[in-house]
Amino acid sequence: MKQTTVGGTKRKVMNALAMAGLVIIFIAYMFPFIMVVINSLKQKRDIIKSPFSWLFTIKGLSFDNFVKAFTQMDFINAFKNSLLVTVSATVLVTLFAAMLAYYIVRHNNGISKLTFALMVASMIIPFQAIMIPLVSIYGGTLNILNHRLTLIFMHTGFSMAMSVFMFHGFIKGNVPMALEEAAYIDGCTHSQTFFKIVLPLLKPIISTMVILNSLAFWNDFLLPSLVLTDKKLLTLPLSTYSFYGTYSADYGTIMAGLLLCVVPILILYVVLQKQIIGGVVAGAVK
Amino acid sequence: MRSKNNGKDFCMFALPGMFCFFAVVIIPFVYGVYLTLTDWNGVSKVKNFIGLKNFGGVMQDGQFWTSLLLTFKYVIFVVLIVNVLAFGIAYLLTRGIKGQNFFRAGFFTPNLIGGIVLGYIWQFVFSRVFVNIGESTGWKLFEVSWLSDPTNAFIALVVVSVWQLSGYMILIYVAGFMGLSEDVMEAASIDGASGFVKLKNIIMPLMMSSITICLFLTLSRAFMVYDVNLSLTAGAPYGTTEMAAMHVYEKAFTSRQFGVGQAEALILFIIVAVISGLQVYLTKKQEVEA
Repeated sequence: MKQTTVGGTKRKVMNALAMAGLVIIFIAYMFPFIMVVINSLKQKRDIIKSPFSWLFTIKGLSFDNFVKAFTQMDFINAFKNSLLVTVSATVLVTLFAAMLAYYIVRHNNGISKLTFALMVASMIIPFQAIMIPLVSIYGGTLNILNHRLTLIFMHTGFSMAMSVFMFHGFIKGNVPMALEEAAYIDGCTHSQTFFKIVLPLLKPIISTMVILNSLAFWNDFLLPSLVLTDKKLLTLPLSTYSFYGTYSADYGTIMAGLLLCVVPILILYVVLQKQIIGGVVAGAVK
Repeated sequence: MRSKNNGKDFCMFALPGMFCFFAVVIIPFVYGVYLTLTDWNGVSKVKNFIGLKNFGGVMQDGQFWTSLLLTFKYVIFVVLIVNVLAFGIAYLLTRGIKGQNFFRAGFFTPNLIGGIVLGYIWQFVFSRVFVNIGESTGWKLFEVSWLSDPTNAFIALVVVSVWQLSGYMILIYVAGFMGLSEDVMEAASIDGASGFVKLKNIIMPLMMSSITICLFLTLSRAFMVYDVNLSLTAGAPYGTTEMAAMHVYEKAFTSRQFGVGQAEALILFIIVAVISGLQVYLTKKQEVEA
């Protein structure tokens, strides 16, 4: 609905009003973030006295809060854990889902049909309906909780259905059989064909799935909280949670800690904004 | 990839993904149904088969039904407000104003951040910033922290959820508005359709597929709200803002009644599945082709 026609005065006034309305809503949206940034640099006394003021603080601004939050949260370690889990799970689910979807599209047999049907049906199951037996099996019977590998494996399993569904749709519509047949005639094996011919064709859907999955893994709280309890293994959301529990009255440090969690994603967002928004829309509309 | 070597192909291409999926989703789900028929407490090695007793336990768990009712109330508010707000903002954004991409990206920001962090940020806003506004201006509305009163804490939860979810829905509605054909809009204007008539008779029906998606996403997310619930109110004051998903967690992992907890989780799952299935069926029927 781009407005290409020449607008009259009424149109201009309406647009100015729309703009004004948007700016007000936008500022209201950003308000909590602004509060965090301002108060992360202040001392507790000044925060309680006036969370708004920035200049008229008694003790002045300092980065002390950040130093304290950084060490108390064990930020580097939590960041490393989050990164390791997110990257490994994203790579695994992307690869496995692409291969499985490819198999399902090219082999129209009973196993394919059943697996695909189960996957589509399973997408409406909320995590809460699975978490209790999950803990029972992996914590009780197998006793492999408290390993990052277990968490990576579970992330991979939980996002498999959605990912296969997306790859399935894409392969069906965009990967021509003729190309693969040509590859076979040229003497490619099945795995060569997949990795050298098919996988490069999947680039658009791969980038969508990488964005959707890695965001979900990075921010997930409930699953990691059930799997990891050892302090050394905590991911960023988990360490934020335990950090908040200990320092909830120390506002300045808390604000600094929250900001530390947000900044890495925001930097990534500024760089990859187009891809992230495009990926999210593509993921939702399917 | 046809004919020969089928077994090898299957092992290489299909098995890894299938294994993860079955081990993490299907087997626990089936096992979960079995768990509802036992009296397992999470620790003991013995699980006694007790039939449908856990479902009787669910019936007697008044707190579960209270939290379910509260969740319904919450879902209705969140779904309505998020969609009306996101639809409105998306409409304003697609009128050809400057900075559309900037606004869109800004509104989406809360979606990039985990619910735990968002809840804590808002806890500070509600308990310190708003109270400070109340103290310095004398406004009764902000005099005490919203989080200390059951009704206001509920409203706070709705506000934060609306704030969190609407950016995502704005993206989808914007994509929908961009897809509207200009010819149809122009034809409607020439035929003399006023703003409201155009909205009701032309835009709404054509936007129905976006509405289907957004309603589905908000419904399923609002029903399973947990992170923000935990970090913003943690059920306080006195468990009055405990939503169903949080109650299930407490039942299983704090009260150690795994069977009852799992039975409640299944009931919740069935409710969500039926309601969102019904919603998709009903709104899909309204979809039209331009």
